[in-house]
Amino acid sequence: MKSAAGPVLLTAVVTVFAWLILRAESQGEIALLFAIAIAAGVIALRTRLLAPLGHALDAHEGFAQGLAVAAVAVLALLLRDDDFALLLLVRVLIITVACLGLNVQFGYAGVVNFAGASFFGVGGYTAAVLSRVAGLPDWIILFAGGAAAAIIGSVLLLPILRTRGHYAALITIAFALLFRTFLEVNDSLGGPQGLKLPEMVIGPFHFNEPVAIASFEGSFYLRYLVVALLLLVLAFGVVQRLERSWIGVTLDAVRLDETAAATFGLNIARWKIASFTLGNFITGVAGALSAFMIGFIAPNNYTFAESLIFVSILLLGGIGNPWGVALATSVVILLPEKLQILQEYRFLIFAILVVLVLLFRPVGLLPRPLRRLVGRT
Amino acid sequence: MSPSLLAQYVMNGAMLGMMYALVAVGFTLFFGVLDIIQFAHGDVVAAGAFAGLAAWTLLTAAGVASPAVLLPVVILVAAAATALLGALVARFIVLPVKSAPQLNVLLVTLMGGTVLRESIRLFYPGGSQPQLFPALLPTSGWNFGDFHLRFDNVILLVCGALLIAGTHFLINRTRLGLAIRAVAQDEETARTMGIDFKRVVLVTFALGSALAAFAGVMDGLYYNEVFFGMGLLLGVIGFAAAILGGLGNLYGAIVGGFLFAALQTIGAVALPFASAYKDVFAFGVVIILMALRPTGLIGERTSERV
Repeated sequence: MKSAAGPVLLTAVVTVFAWLILRAESQGEIALLFAIAIAAGVIALRTRLLAPLGHALDAHEGFAQGLAVAAVAVLALLLRDDDFALLLLVRVLIITVACLGLNVQFGYAGVVNFAGASFFGVGGYTAAVLSRVAGLPDWIILFAGGAAAAIIGSVLLLPILRTRGHYAALITIAFALLFRTFLEVNDSLGGPQGLKLPEMVIGPFHFNEPVAIASFEGSFYLRYLVVALLLLVLAFGVVQRLERSWIGVTLDAVRLDETAAATFGLNIARWKIASFTLGNFITGVAGALSAFMIGFIAPNNYTFAESLIFVSILLLGGIGNPWGVALATSVVILLPEKLQILQEYRFLIFAILVVLVLLFRPVGLLPRPLRRLVGRT
Repeated sequence: MSPSLLAQYVMNGAMLGMMYALVAVGFTLFFGVLDIIQFAHGDVVAAGAFAGLAAWTLLTAAGVASPAVLLPVVILVAAAATALLGALVARFIVLPVKSAPQLNVLLVTLMGGTVLRESIRLFYPGGSQPQLFPALLPTSGWNFGDFHLRFDNVILLVCGALLIAGTHFLINRTRLGLAIRAVAQDEETARTMGIDFKRVVLVTFALGSALAAFAGVMDGLYYNEVFFGMGLLLGVIGFAAAILGGLGNLYGAIVGGFLFAALQTIGAVALPFASAYKDVFAFGVVIILMALRPTGLIGERTSERV
């Protein structure tokens, strides 16, 4: 039994660090903080310090997950009246959910999807359209966004099932380009100007009013944070249970060798359909929540370049590892938003980073651990 | 439909087809020698068009005004720039990951292409907006009734056809072509026969990219503008055309390019809403074709060995 002190210490350090970054305003300070983070990361990689820590996290997994949720809650309370910091925090949570969806496709079933931002956008546009329909509760709309993404994704299923590798990639790339162009020329969906969304209301909670409970006051983003965190816990749970179950083993087999998997009687098509649909559903729900939070959507939010950012997150984090997705999302979202100089160059920077990662460390920052076939103790 | 209108559409389709075919030939050559897809190909094309534009800007600033000088220089600069870029991509991005999983090759070239695309957007002066491409060819032409056959289109088509014929000659009639075909058939055997594998790969990438540079310049001359994302569109359509003709098959790529242009032109004529939805329609066709004929009309060069 390994000590639980490691995870606690790690969470504390990460929380304090995230707090420092989120509240920092001077560009010099932010640059320094990121430099420290990079240095710490390099040292951790070089000294193999991560391995024992990884084992400790593994041994106390449920505990570590609880700690992570608590850390986000603590961060939210510390930053309760800082709108921008909270917005960034919620964005990280939402994009993590979206990329967990992609992770099911890329990481487990090996179904490539270069249209992640498009399915994120399908969720957003569905939310925008459905929120005009009176009487539909907003929490249903969130899931309707996911359902719409899954349904539209099913249009691509036939070509994806009939092709592999490069060919399947081409189909999703074509879809990403098609989707964006379609939104721009289609007037009924707002054209290039996009659509506005009304305030999200779930039960008694009006999401665009400041939070005031007794003497506690905070930004309206806190409500979105709660919903995003709930979604993340849900998505994380589903994705991880999926990986641990016999379905995860099946998906691994499908990804690693289709022919061999088929000779063992696995129905390749069924598992590809299941993972592609589930992944798009998760991404779509995240897209719907994101649209509600920002209150405004336009085709420019859902470009192919954004889809590539999603893929970059997966690759940087380590394909197939949900923790890696969370870590990489934080870096990819926070770095350009906080360090304003980089904002304009973010696509370039992350593309270069991914090329370097693929050339020199193809497994990503936090590689997916080997499956343990013997039951855990 | 009147004959003159029909002729106009055929001409437009032929121009598009030539561009697609030139890009598709690159994809098929790369696939031939390395069995990989170079997803950055389209962006290399765009970089070539911008290099040509930069050459034009510098020359006109230096006082050169004669199109007879400008056009060859623009094309040569574009071809040289893309040949160099293509070889660099092969040397530093593709060859190092040659034996990695297919997905990694795909991702690394796709992201390499993004680096190129974003570099154009960020570092070319005014690169985030479409840039005007100069009309370097005479735009007058012959009139056949209502149909106006423009000189520039004819010249571009003839040049494109000559380039394709030249490539055919190079592949089939020269020692270099023999080496390329040998590597495409069997890398190991080609190596044991004393063929410098790396050199052949680099030359093939340079050749395929330079061919596509002509497509890039042609695109610029035809539409009178170039923009940083043009490579993505040309790349996706060119790749689809190469697949349609069967990857690794030079003639298939050419047929695929023209076939794709024909579909697009027919779509634009037959469907009333298609002009606004031109690109939507093109990508829709890509997806549908992949669903119907996943390995192309002619069939891929090799079947998978298990």
